[in-house]
Amino acid sequence: MPVEQKVLGGKIVQPSSRRQSTSVFGNLDWFTVLLYFVLVALGWMNIYAVVYSPENIVNIFSFDINSGKQLLWIGTGVILMIVLLVVDYKVYEHLAYPIYGGIILLLLFTLAVANPVAGSRSWLDLGGGVRLQPAELAKFATALAISRFLSNVSLRQQNMKDQMVLAAITFLPAIIIILQNETGSALVFGAFILAFFREGMSPLILIIGGSAAAIFILTLLVPKLYLLIGVAALMGLAMFLDYRLMRRFKTMIALFVLIIGMVFSVDYFVNDILQPHQQNRIKALINPEADPLGYGWNVTQSKIAIGSGGFWGKGFLEGTQTKFDFVPEQSTDFIFCTIGEEHGWLGSTILIGLFMLLLMRIVYIAERQKSVFGRTYGYCVVSIIFFHFVINVGMTIGLAPVVGIPLPFFSYGGSSLWSFTILLFILLAIDANRNRELVR
Amino acid sequence: MNYLENRKYVIQAIFLVVGVVYALRLFYIQVVDSSYKQAAETNAIKTVIQYPFRGLIYDRNGELLVQNTPVYDLMIVPKEARNIDTLRLAQMLEIPLEDARERFKKARAYSWVKPSIFLQMLSTQDFAHIQDNLIDFPGFYINARTARGYPHKSLGHALGYIAEISPKQLEDTSYHGYRPGDYIGKAGIEMEYEKYLMGKRGVKYKMVNVRGIDKGPFKDGAYDTLSVAGQNLVSTIDLELQAYGEYLMDGAKGSVVAIEPATGEILAYISAPFYDPNLFTGKDYGKNYMQLLQDPDKTMFNRPIMADRNPPGSIFKLTQALIALEEGVINPRTQFACNKSLVNCHPHPSPLDLYGAVQHSCNPWFFQAYRALINQGKSKNTFTDTSLGLKDWREQVLTFGFGQKLGIDIPGEKTGIIASTDLYDRVYGKNRWKYSTIYSLSIGQGELGVTPLQMANFMAIIANKGYYVTPHIIRSVGENGKPLKENQERHYTSVKPQHYEPIIEGMAEVVRAGTARRANLEKVGIVVCGKTGTAQNPQGPDHAVFVAFAPKENPKIAIAVYVEHGKWGGQSAAPIAGLMIEKFLTDTVTMKAQEKWVLSREYLNIKSK
Repeated sequence: MPVEQKVLGGKIVQPSSRRQSTSVFGNLDWFTVLLYFVLVALGWMNIYAVVYSPENIVNIFSFDINSGKQLLWIGTGVILMIVLLVVDYKVYEHLAYPIYGGIILLLLFTLAVANPVAGSRSWLDLGGGVRLQPAELAKFATALAISRFLSNVSLRQQNMKDQMVLAAITFLPAIIIILQNETGSALVFGAFILAFFREGMSPLILIIGGSAAAIFILTLLVPKLYLLIGVAALMGLAMFLDYRLMRRFKTMIALFVLIIGMVFSVDYFVNDILQPHQQNRIKALINPEADPLGYGWNVTQSKIAIGSGGFWGKGFLEGTQTKFDFVPEQSTDFIFCTIGEEHGWLGSTILIGLFMLLLMRIVYIAERQKSVFGRTYGYCVVSIIFFHFVINVGMTIGLAPVVGIPLPFFSYGGSSLWSFTILLFILLAIDANRNRELVR
Repeated sequence: MNYLENRKYVIQAIFLVVGVVYALRLFYIQVVDSSYKQAAETNAIKTVIQYPFRGLIYDRNGELLVQNTPVYDLMIVPKEARNIDTLRLAQMLEIPLEDARERFKKARAYSWVKPSIFLQMLSTQDFAHIQDNLIDFPGFYINARTARGYPHKSLGHALGYIAEISPKQLEDTSYHGYRPGDYIGKAGIEMEYEKYLMGKRGVKYKMVNVRGIDKGPFKDGAYDTLSVAGQNLVSTIDLELQAYGEYLMDGAKGSVVAIEPATGEILAYISAPFYDPNLFTGKDYGKNYMQLLQDPDKTMFNRPIMADRNPPGSIFKLTQALIALEEGVINPRTQFACNKSLVNCHPHPSPLDLYGAVQHSCNPWFFQAYRALINQGKSKNTFTDTSLGLKDWREQVLTFGFGQKLGIDIPGEKTGIIASTDLYDRVYGKNRWKYSTIYSLSIGQGELGVTPLQMANFMAIIANKGYYVTPHIIRSVGENGKPLKENQERHYTSVKPQHYEPIIEGMAEVVRAGTARRANLEKVGIVVCGKTGTAQNPQGPDHAVFVAFAPKENPKIAIAVYVEHGKWGGQSAAPIAGLMIEKFLTDTVTMKAQEKWVLSREYLNIKSK
């Protein structure tokens, strides 16, 4: 993918209106750090709320329960972030490929030796009851490798070979993760498309990708004939409004034929290619009420939990649906239900607002980088966090298929928390040193 | 910069659109759509009904008739009851293996995780037997509750029974508040006084987790209500008399109803054959019920209030005489010859006055008296005159409680039949019938049907010389012990009190020297007034009737005894009445010979003429 080269302007030092500091902590984006800790703390309290039982009150700090364990992960996470910040920031760019290569090897190693846990061969047993999921680490490693590749000066926009290499960097870890039977985690790698878009990828790919997904979902929801009539009408309208499309009449016809083909192959794809549990996740998205005790259980119960929260919520530790195990995987994938039930629409919306703030802030940080590497990495980070947010919250309210991926900074689990901490704090480390970077 | 930097706005717009869409979606789920809140309640809040103790029932002397006894339901949670040795389980519960499998299937079909009844209403003995072995059967546990118990095995027909509410009743709005599986009075007092006996159910809201496991009270029990025990009832029944009557009637078919004339209180209520009400409380309830329902003796037929198709026979002559006296068409000295060409009779002196006619039950006498009553010459046309006479007569008969429900507090009462002009007009045509068509009414045959309860009530009327209090079997409800208001009203007949005197005299003669000498209690100083009757029965031997009250002065008990196929009232019904009167008034039975005769049932074997 091409990168717009910046013109050397002869200005080596930025206008000195900005505060200059030699310390990494002096230049640290404390607003993002604050958001990070707010999210982690809220997540921690909700993890406690999930296991809270009035009959058997366990201290929130107890290591017997998830909240205590999570505190351990948070604590080690703080150490981790300090290490990430004090290390020479150049390391991330220079060692991007070795780190990526190392993680790929770790993924392959895991695939080879891991004992299946619930069908997934993605967990590496480190002994002492501690397990690591290398797929989580692959996210930041891949982001680094992509950024490094895109910052290469010799990269050419239309070079087929370069495009192939970029695709390979992106999807190699995804393929290994699919082989580990962690399709959900693998889907995350598709999120990099946002970063590519920012760095010059044709918007057509984004539009086509989005349209294909929309048609796929609509095929399952709407009778085929109506859908095709609708698509034809939309295309006709577009051609009517834009004369350039009218000139490409044959292309439009071909596109329409392609859509017809796609619509009719969706059934085949869903029923014959997808595995049964994947079929069920799609069915659960379309109509969870068809089998509320079977494949629709998660979605139905999750919606009940959130829906019962009302405007104000039931109050901290007062939830019944999440507490009494009606919602599965409440500490990890369905942690949002606890917010929805106990803190209502207000709490849910504040949480969404916090995430929006974080996403916007990261875009801001990315844009202020002088290096292509820093900016691309920033967009990779925001793409991953956004994808997790969309899917994780979306599945609890029936707007996205149930895919087992955590809510960043919030869900219980060390691998996940560490992975997002690394992802974010490498960006903050790069950002803190941005003024030492020459504009290229 | 360049156009690519503007792409950050596209990306930020995507973020914001998703954020807004999610917030709107959440607003819809959490604030607009309330169905999720209800779903959450049904999910996590279990309503546990606290069943109150059902009210107890005592007899008039404070003897316990109905109590609550503990029974045990064997519950199952199918999810936990895996790897069960079904054969051993069946052996332990003493049920067929196939049955056990069926019950498993039923429980599983109901719910995999929620408890349901596997075997219900185990007795304390069964419970003790099972409890020790239960540890080998995970997923099974015992749930204790109470069922009805009847310590004396008496009075089944009047007490009724309770059973699970039927699906049909559940749909009926008048049973609002009942739930499937609730027990409800299905017959007798249990049904009639359901609203007092059932008490008030309490509700406990409990929180349960996804596996149905109790997680404590909801909102610390703020919405819970306590159950209030049902009210106790005091019956008018004299248990000793009841039990003695059942002893005398055991093996026979028929009815005995005894009433305290002054109050209308029912002292004994027997429908024979009778059954042990405890049959309807155990786990074999269904089987026992079907057996009783199908038996040829019609055990479940509540004879005292439902057997209304049988004519009263000669006892009805008393009614005819009373109305004739009131109408002034006869007086106590009126004599009629025993003219057997009018209607058949048996040998006795002739002619007789009213006293003698009652004593000897002379058919032609009443034929002629009734004719005088019906054909009073109010119209020159004999057809019209008969019709007018019958109409007036019927109105007066109804004041005796015949031909209508008396309003006893036992459900299922029948009206009986009293001949009407409409009936004859329909059968014969208007003005196509006259006295010769209807004369059998004069001796209590023909288009007449009277329940045993109405017969006993009739005796109470004569004992009271002209009125009755609605017969009832429950004296008071609850702790205050005051008689129920609706049971204190007197219903007066059309016949003035003085006209009862000659009838009572005649009835005393019936027992002293007439057809009912087996009911004579002069030896113990009691003057019994009675009248025998025979109800013609086309299906077999005639039914025997004897009605009486005693003592003659200041009567304490009025009684009707109806023995199916007993042929003559004097032989079968009279001694039963006599023995019961003695038992009630003196608390002892001296007439052992009569008792022996009654229990021998020889009168059932006497060959018909």
